[in-house]
Amino acid sequence: MTLEVIGISVLWTFLYGYIIVASIDFGAGFFSYYSHLTKKEHIINKIIDRYLSPVWEVTNVFLIFFIVGIVGFFPDTAYYYGTALLIPGGIALILLTIRGSFYAFANYGGRQSKVFLFLYGMTGLFIPAALSTGLTISEGGFIVESDKNIEFLAVKLFQSPYSWTVVFLAIVSILYISASFLTYYAKKAGDFPAMEQLRRYSLFWSGPTILASILVFWGLSHHNPMHFAKAWDIRWVFACSFLFYLIAVWLMWKRKLLGLSFVAVMFQFAFAFFGYGYSHLPYLLYPYITLQSGLTNTTMGWALVIAFIAGLVLLIPSLVLLMWLFLFNAKYVKDGK
Amino acid sequence: MDSAFWSRMLTEETLAFHIIWAAIGVGVPIFISLAEFIGIRKKDIHYTMLAKRWTRGFVITVAVGVVTGTCIGVLLSLLWPTFMQLVGNVISLPLFLETFAFFFEAIFLGIYLYTWDRFKNPYIHWLTSIPVIIGSTLSAVFITTVNSFMNTPAGFKLDSAGKVVDIDPIGAMLNPATPSKVGHVVSSSYLVSGFLLAGLAAFFILRGRKHIYYKKALKLTMITTFILCITTILMGDISAKFLAKHQPAKLAAMEWHFETSKGAPLVLFGKLDPETNEVKYAIEIPKALSILATNSPDGTVIGLDSIPKNLWPPLYIHYLFDAKVSIAFFLLFIAALFLFLSLWKKGNPFHPLVLYGIVIAAPLSFIAMELGWIFSEVGRLPWIITGIMKVGEAATTAANVKLMYFLFTGLYLLLAIVAVTVLIRLFKGKTAEAELASKEESN
Repeated sequence: MTLEVIGISVLWTFLYGYIIVASIDFGAGFFSYYSHLTKKEHIINKIIDRYLSPVWEVTNVFLIFFIVGIVGFFPDTAYYYGTALLIPGGIALILLTIRGSFYAFANYGGRQSKVFLFLYGMTGLFIPAALSTGLTISEGGFIVESDKNIEFLAVKLFQSPYSWTVVFLAIVSILYISASFLTYYAKKAGDFPAMEQLRRYSLFWSGPTILASILVFWGLSHHNPMHFAKAWDIRWVFACSFLFYLIAVWLMWKRKLLGLSFVAVMFQFAFAFFGYGYSHLPYLLYPYITLQSGLTNTTMGWALVIAFIAGLVLLIPSLVLLMWLFLFNAKYVKDGK
Repeated sequence: MDSAFWSRMLTEETLAFHIIWAAIGVGVPIFISLAEFIGIRKKDIHYTMLAKRWTRGFVITVAVGVVTGTCIGVLLSLLWPTFMQLVGNVISLPLFLETFAFFFEAIFLGIYLYTWDRFKNPYIHWLTSIPVIIGSTLSAVFITTVNSFMNTPAGFKLDSAGKVVDIDPIGAMLNPATPSKVGHVVSSSYLVSGFLLAGLAAFFILRGRKHIYYKKALKLTMITTFILCITTILMGDISAKFLAKHQPAKLAAMEWHFETSKGAPLVLFGKLDPETNEVKYAIEIPKALSILATNSPDGTVIGLDSIPKNLWPPLYIHYLFDAKVSIAFFLLFIAALFLFLSLWKKGNPFHPLVLYGIVIAAPLSFIAMELGWIFSEVGRLPWIITGIMKVGEAATTAANVKLMYFLFTGLYLLLAIVAVTVLIRLFKGKTAEAELASKEESN
């Protein structure tokens, strides 16, 4: 494998990791707020808090890791995306800041307030919307380079149907992923009312997720036909994704093997996400940056790969410990101890 | 005002806000870990309570540190894309490593917070505080190497087209500024955290809290800060020698040293006439600058006359530097005084005047840290990377930076207000005495 392929694979895997853990977090925030509005907070909030409190900071790191990594491996991305994304990036940052800190204020500050809950719930929908614009822009057509200047066509992005299908997919996916995971978590806790409630959410959002995925393909076929053609070439990958979707929903429907159901959800998104990423190549930003043109100096590239492996040696046992303590520890999941 | 100006403003504001919380995030875990360890060791419930209460406040400050750290991390690419494009190649290793350190810290902080009563052996819980310390300190170390690189770039060459070639990743991290900067940053982060906690304890004793708990807190933090004062000042001295060798422009500007000379005097305080560059009302200590900079009374110190005038850093950094050093010596004085009065049999370290001194020292230490950073960063102007790239060339060309500046200003104001309110509310009506009493009852 060449350096640039290793680089992008590592980064893409981390972005995938972020999508899963952040979706659980974002969706949980929305469900918290929604259940508060419908006076059902006593049913599911305990489960949500018990899972999120020890891990919220870790979620944040996945995103930073991706951003720092892509700038490190492909410094040209900093130049193009950095200039273009000032507004959407800045707004996403502000929302992330509000969300992260207010979560801590509410949960460790020991007082639940409606304002905190509202901000936590709503930012959970707006952040993915803002972040997903990064993916839309990568398809090209929203950045124009003139001499020594990069111009970002915000209005065009706003009017693009493709852009809206991506936003729609981002939002419904987080609700679906989140509900599927929390259903499993509630079952482990033996909290059956919460499980039933979350199961309903999961089944409810599974439909729009598939609908949105189809819409995204339709949008892509108009916006970037070349990318669409490459995706069509590996359509078996997306078929696998759909197969896992069916497995996940079926298990959820039957209330059987909920852990496996969530794993199927993860596979569903893994196939779709990696398939999308693979067909996007060689472009990192169409048509300005390719995998080869944007690559960092090779010495630094290998240094990063070595640092990455060393980091994983440290991180994986730590993450396993974290999961063992808070995810697969029946006593903690049940009583919060 | 152009994008470059607003980019600078936004970066300054974000960093100035972030370092307050970042320093707490780096330093306070040391004290928490120390208190918990003593508590287990001596079987003294007061220290354990201290660790628990500090942790409770610490989480709030860490949250603000994490989110503002995310902001500056991303803003670096958003506001300075040309800078990142040029040196993204060279500094990505420490940036990458910093994220790992942060990851490590984040994982164990979650574990530390939620496993207080989980293990039979209390030392196991205490052990989980060690990775938190390692993670937070290492992130400070790695990110400081990036800043050091901007001061004294190393580990690469520029080809004729201005592209970066021949990169040596480790060489870039271990550039000349790294040792002194890292030492100074880490030590002063611990120091300000110590004074923050000491200031709180002193404040409560002044407010009439009589419980021995507060005195124990004050003793623990003040003894530690005394040691940290000495290491921080020592590191500061090393930094001065480093500047003389590698960044003479910064040293000359901060000391108002206009003429290259041997046996240079040290200018303390004073006022500069901006037209004639004449210094008034200053205290001059003969040969002191040479001693400070070169360890020899007759050492040569490069003056501003050896540097083209358009490359001079702003001369007002002298005021910042003087203020910072004055505070540093006040901090050392108050810590030494407390220690002396504790050791002297007839002394009363809890005399109200001493306590007032400690209470004042807490905000002063943070002010000194801010001044130190401003002076160090402004002292690099007009360069963003000394000798390689100027600030104006690095800034984004995007419009709307001004709008972003105001949005972020509002955000930081909001965060500051809410964080402080939450912190006050967290402890209001829940005194340590009451908590200790209920704990003893349940045992």
